[in-house]
Amino acid sequence: MFQIIDKKDLAPSIKQFVVDAPLVAQKARPGQFIILRIKEGGERIPLTIADYDTQKGTITIVFQEVGKTTKELGTLKAGDYLADFVGPLGKAVEFSNHKKVLGIGGGLGVAPLYPKLKMLHENGAEVISIIGAKTADMLIMEEEIKAVSDKTYVCTDDGSKGRHGFVTVVLKELLEQGEKFDEIIIIGPPILMKIGTEIAKPYNIPIMVSLNPIMIDGTGMCGGCRVTVGGETKFVCVDGPAFDGSKVDFDELMKRLQTYTSEEKLALDKYHSERGACKCHQ
Amino acid sequence: MPSINRSKTKTPMPSQDAKLRSKNFNEVALGYTEEDAINEAQRCLNCKKPSCMEGCPVQVQIPRFIKHIAEKNFESAISVIKETNSLPAVCGRVCPQEEQCEQKCVLAKRGDPVGIGRLERFAADWERQQGVKIPDRANPIGKKVAIIGSGPAGLTCAGDLAKLGYDVTVFEAFHEPGGVLIYGIPEFRLPKEIVKQEVDFLKKLGVNVQTDMVMGKVLTVDDIFEKGYEAVFIGTGAGLPKFMKIPGENYLGVYSANEFLTRINLMKAYKFPETDTPVKVGKKVAVVGGGNVAMDSARSALRMGAEEVYIVYRRSESEMPARKEEFEHAKEEGIIFKFLTNPTRIIGDEKGWVKGLECIQMELGEPDASGRRRPVPIKGSEFTLDMDTVVIAIGTGPNPLLIEATEGLKLNKYGYIETDEDGRTSKEGVWAGGDIVTGSATVILAMGAGKKAAQSIHEYLQGK
Ligand SMILES: Cc1cc2nc3c(=O)[nH]c(=O)nc-3n(C[C@H](O)[C@H](O)[C@H](O)COP(=O)(O)OP(=O)(O)OC[C@H]3O[C@@H](n4cnc5c(N)ncnc54)[C@H](O)[C@@H]3O)c2cc1C
Ligand SMILES: Cc1cc2nc3c(=O)[nH]c(=O)nc-3n(C[C@H](O)[C@H](O)[C@H](O)COP(=O)(O)OP(=O)(O)OC[C@H]3O[C@@H](n4cnc5c(N)ncnc54)[C@H](O)[C@@H]3O)c2cc1C
Ligand code: SF4
Ligand code: SF4
Ligand code: FES
Ligand SMILES: [Mg+2]
Repeated sequence: MFQIIDKKDLAPSIKQFVVDAPLVAQKARPGQFIILRIKEGGERIPLTIADYDTQKGTITIVFQEVGKTTKELGTLKAGDYLADFVGPLGKAVEFSNHKKVLGIGGGLGVAPLYPKLKMLHENGAEVISIIGAKTADMLIMEEEIKAVSDKTYVCTDDGSKGRHGFVTVVLKELLEQGEKFDEIIIIGPPILMKIGTEIAKPYNIPIMVSLNPIMIDGTGMCGGCRVTVGGETKFVCVDGPAFDGSKVDFDELMKRLQTYTSEEKLALDKYHSERGACKCHQ
Repeated sequence: MPSINRSKTKTPMPSQDAKLRSKNFNEVALGYTEEDAINEAQRCLNCKKPSCMEGCPVQVQIPRFIKHIAEKNFESAISVIKETNSLPAVCGRVCPQEEQCEQKCVLAKRGDPVGIGRLERFAADWERQQGVKIPDRANPIGKKVAIIGSGPAGLTCAGDLAKLGYDVTVFEAFHEPGGVLIYGIPEFRLPKEIVKQEVDFLKKLGVNVQTDMVMGKVLTVDDIFEKGYEAVFIGTGAGLPKFMKIPGENYLGVYSANEFLTRINLMKAYKFPETDTPVKVGKKVAVVGGGNVAMDSARSALRMGAEEVYIVYRRSESEMPARKEEFEHAKEEGIIFKFLTNPTRIIGDEKGWVKGLECIQMELGEPDASGRRRPVPIKGSEFTLDMDTVVIAIGTGPNPLLIEATEGLKLNKYGYIETDEDGRTSKEGVWAGGDIVTGSATVILAMGAGKKAAQSIHEYLQGK
């Protein structure tokens, strides 16, 4: 059992937990993720390691309540326990001597972007960041990102904060202005990573994306997380989650993410009706 | 003296009706009653030179235990079995007996062999019903041994070392111990309660089982030594799924057998939405392959509500590696077999879902390296089967996750760990056994490897 030692609401339906997991914290590196299970009978879901503290033995996760499991997760409080918390999984990202980097985070993608930018910043690289969300109150980790960036652009889809529009608009501008980077990191919903990659590709700058297919084990034994990268089948949980964006078949990834849409709806409806029927939550 | 039963056929195994069972996940074979068992035991001739034992990889004292059953002395029967086999409830159910002990039984020349597996299962189930006695804990030796992986190889090695007094810790990647016995072999063939009880037995022997530990990631083998362990046994299995590398394998509705079975067994998708993990099983399902894994996938698909389930296998019936009983059961349940058929392409619809499987007809040519006649495609014989789910069960390879994180392990050309006869690897203090050494094999061979390694680790640590 793994104890949640701190809980914070970052935005409506976006929550942050600090979880006591000393062994995981000892090995965690930027780019890696964990898989958790709330309780017996629960499903295994992957979440990025948004931060870690080796000394305290803790892992920070940030999640958005999108379906049954993440909504149930959101009802847990500091002091509660998770049945399983497995990691660190996936390959850690490595940067070779980067001098200037552009980091782009859309929506929840800001959370997995943070540890990478933090590492680059600590290594002395110049970090430019573009972060965005649908609305101002959905924007997360702005202070953290600013603390590790030399310059930060903030965008919202509805214009309620910062630039009005998508993060990719700023990306396009910077590239058109002739800004040069050693690498561009784009993390967010697959459609954002796809469009961002298409914009950046002609500039011949390495593009790193972080993929989020449906996973179970996270150890390479089921093949459910497979994606096509450069014409080859890769298992994201062991070969990734970071890949060269210019080689990823995003359309396939987006289709595969739809596999269980009807079951996910069923699970959520059942969850809501059970909670509705339960007196203590009325 | 017990009387002798001269019947040429095995005492029938009571089992769930095929129609009924193809809709539920309860165990298919129900097990012998006491009378059935005694009746079957009386068929054994108690041979002076029991050839049956040559067929058993762990040399179960077959005539001795069967004689005890014939004499209604079930307690002695199970203790004889347990001298050499620590998981009889499992082996009695899943050993390919027709290629092992029973194949070598003298009676097999003139009719059915003695139902050795069924009797072994009976004795083990009888013991469980009585409540298994926990042996006294051995005096602690004060030396720590780590086991990586909790499949039959790891569990057997752990149990043997614990009985000798070692302080044993099993590290398992999944949230539940048992390996393939938990995530692969379905409930209707091996109830998970049995595996749980075997693990509980080990815990009572003092074995410490740590789940959620993906070794190589959370701890390396060298970290384990630094924590004061003096020997390590690697039993991580052959869990890497193989795909066919044909077009269309990433369409929605195409599963590796590992994923399909893990969702259903380990994650209990057959209880969805009571449990949270879904699985998608269409009306028409094709399973590609001819081994136990293919049979288990096909029969699971049927139980999940599929209307037509096909097994597509590129060789013929006689080359099929599945246990005979599973093949028989699958046929009884209505699984449709397409022999000498090989998929060439998976066809999808505009949304990316599978809608068909294009196959080519095969014929048998010259024998290949395995001695089996090689299937060769018949030109121009392509045809398409309409399908909405495809499960690929064509075998597995070694998972490189732990291996890549371990320095100094010698591997063979297929990526499996190289060991000597006792399971010793090229790395000091490290043993390995089971599927990670042999490639996908059987439960009993994995157990045998775990046993040998335990003995060898004991010798090594005594000398230290
Ligand atoms: C490597 C990786 C890192 C991730 N990091 C984060 C993170 O830091 N924060 C965050 O909020 N989300 C993250 N996700 C996504 C997160 O795992 C899903 O949002 C979550 O599993 C949804 O579960 P649910 O039951 O609440 O929703 P559901 O209603 O069950 O699913 C909603 C959508 O989430 C996706 N999804 C469902 N099940 C899984 C699964 N087992 N694995 C992956 N995706 C699934 C599907 O696209 C589905 O349509 C990550 C995913 C991956 C693969
Ligand atoms: C569906 C199916 C049906 C089968 N049917 C039969 C049958 O009827 N009869 C028969 O005799 N055999 C059968 N087999 C084969 C048999 O199950 C295997 O040969 C046997 O389980 C191998 O045992 P093992 O201990 O080597 O490995 P496994 O049982 O594979 O166990 C390995 C364990 O190690 C864990 N692991 C892997 N990597 C790590 C890591 N890095 N860190 C920690 N833990 C790790 C895995 O999670 C797993 O729990 C079947 C196999 C399958 C898949
Ligand atoms: S362990 Fe397997 S091979 Fe040996 S006697 Fe029992 S069923 Fe037969
Ligand atoms: S060979 Fe057959 S008859 Fe002879 S002892 Fe073995 S099981 Fe009995
Ligand atoms: S999640 Fe199973 S192989 Fe990646
Ligand atoms: Mg879900």
